Amino acid sequence: MTRYVMIADLNRCVGCQTCTAACKHTNATPPEIQWRKVLDVEMGEFPNVERIFMPVGCQHCADPPCMHVCPSTATAQRDDGIVTIDYDLCIGCGYCMVACPYDARYKVDEARFAYGKQPSATEALRFDEGTLGVAQKCTFCADRIDEGTARGLTPGIDPEATPACVNSCIANALQFGDIEDEHSNVSELLAENAYFQMHEELETETGFYYLWNEE
Amino acid sequence: MTISFGSKLQTNWDWRAACNFMFGGSGSGLLVMMAILAAPRPAPIVLAFVALALVGFGLLMVWFEIGRPWRFLHVFFHPQTSWMTREGSVGIVLFVATLVGGLMQSVTMTSLAAVLGFVFLYCQARILKAAAGIPAWREPVIVPLIIASGLVEGTAIVVMFFQAINAATPWMFGLLVLLFSARLWIWCVYRNVLIRRKAPAGTLQAFAKLHREFFMVGFLLPLLFVLTPLVLELAIWATYFAGVFVLVSGWRLKYVLVVKASFKQGYGIGKLRRGRPGVKPPVRREGDPIQF
Repeated sequence: MTRYVMIADLNRCVGCQTCTAACKHTNATPPEIQWRKVLDVEMGEFPNVERIFMPVGCQHCADPPCMHVCPSTATAQRDDGIVTIDYDLCIGCGYCMVACPYDARYKVDEARFAYGKQPSATEALRFDEGTLGVAQKCTFCADRIDEGTARGLTPGIDPEATPACVNSCIANALQFGDIEDEHSNVSELLAENAYFQMHEELETETGFYYLWNEE
Repeated sequence: MTISFGSKLQTNWDWRAACNFMFGGSGSGLLVMMAILAAPRPAPIVLAFVALALVGFGLLMVWFEIGRPWRFLHVFFHPQTSWMTREGSVGIVLFVATLVGGLMQSVTMTSLAAVLGFVFLYCQARILKAAAGIPAWREPVIVPLIIASGLVEGTAIVVMFFQAINAATPWMFGLLVLLFSARLWIWCVYRNVLIRRKAPAGTLQAFAKLHREFFMVGFLLPLLFVLTPLVLELAIWATYFAGVFVLVSGWRLKYVLVVKASFKQGYGIGKLRRGRPGVKPPVRREGDPIQF
């Protein structure tokens, strides 16, 4: 069995948002929609304050509330843990958006482009009307993973089989791999570092881990 | 150490979604209460149509809100786990049973419609509870609160109707007082639980604003207006005011709950752990859509 997870090392992330840009470029998301975004977080009280950058997005939960509430079965889950949306089934009710504790889902009701009402040449080429009025979110670049693994590549190791955000990270803060493989990059990172999962108390069993070695 | 931040108001479900809980709740509550208060006779057909109009209006508003309205039949695809599918499915049977019961003046069908009305109301409550991203909605006390509110609103409509045809009895008013008192008590329990569990500040602020208004309009004024005819015999009109205040306060409560107090979970930093985590495969429940 395979269970893909992503890791964000908060000690490494510099908040450059290259992952955000790479995701937008790869998935052609409209303005203001960021499947992968980086939060700029200030913690503590003066003078003991700390600033961290925290990449967020769909956590690909093992027990995803969005899937259970979806009335149309548009939200589904693969055996490797990746949570998907079938744009042809989704009715755009927004139930998954209020069920997601990670604010990772979006809905765009009308076409939006970066420079006004007319799409640029690239936007016109990549615009998909099927994404209007339905829920959308990070897919862990499932198509890249599938294409890569079909060619015998290893997700998280070979860039052609790895999510775009992970490939683009300038600080190696984002990592991706199979947590069921004891010798994978992600398994080794989790074995060697302190980590947390967001909103662990909600028991969604996220597929996204944050490394954080307090200094 | 756990830290939470970044909670903001959800805007995906707006006043149109709120309408479903406001009017659908009143309509389904009306189906339950008209069957009980009219027993052993069948409920008046006018009330049956009012109930259907309320439920239908609520569902119509939801239809206006969804992004792909012409795919509405897809809403019935996931009865195994989705309370929205269950609500929609029950809604259809409820319409048929109420229409048949009303037109044929059948006590059996009216009673069936009442049961379905209660199930519809329960589905509405569970829809909110299943929304894990909104702390104010996922709190379990939301279930009795939504049910109580629907039943109170339904009772208010029935009592006003029976008052208009001079068929109201003192115990109907007693029941109304009992129910809106229970609703206030559940509301206070609900609010206290949210405070104790440190719900998002925006939620608590919205409810703090609502609390005084809800106490006045949803409890104190209706109580005064129900009691007024006992002192002033001719002041029958006062009972209509009681009904209207009970109804409007319920709608206001649900509007604030869905539109104004629905702050998201936000983000957080959890408890730090060490050591390789146990492998957690996808959790499978019956009916889960699995993509191969």
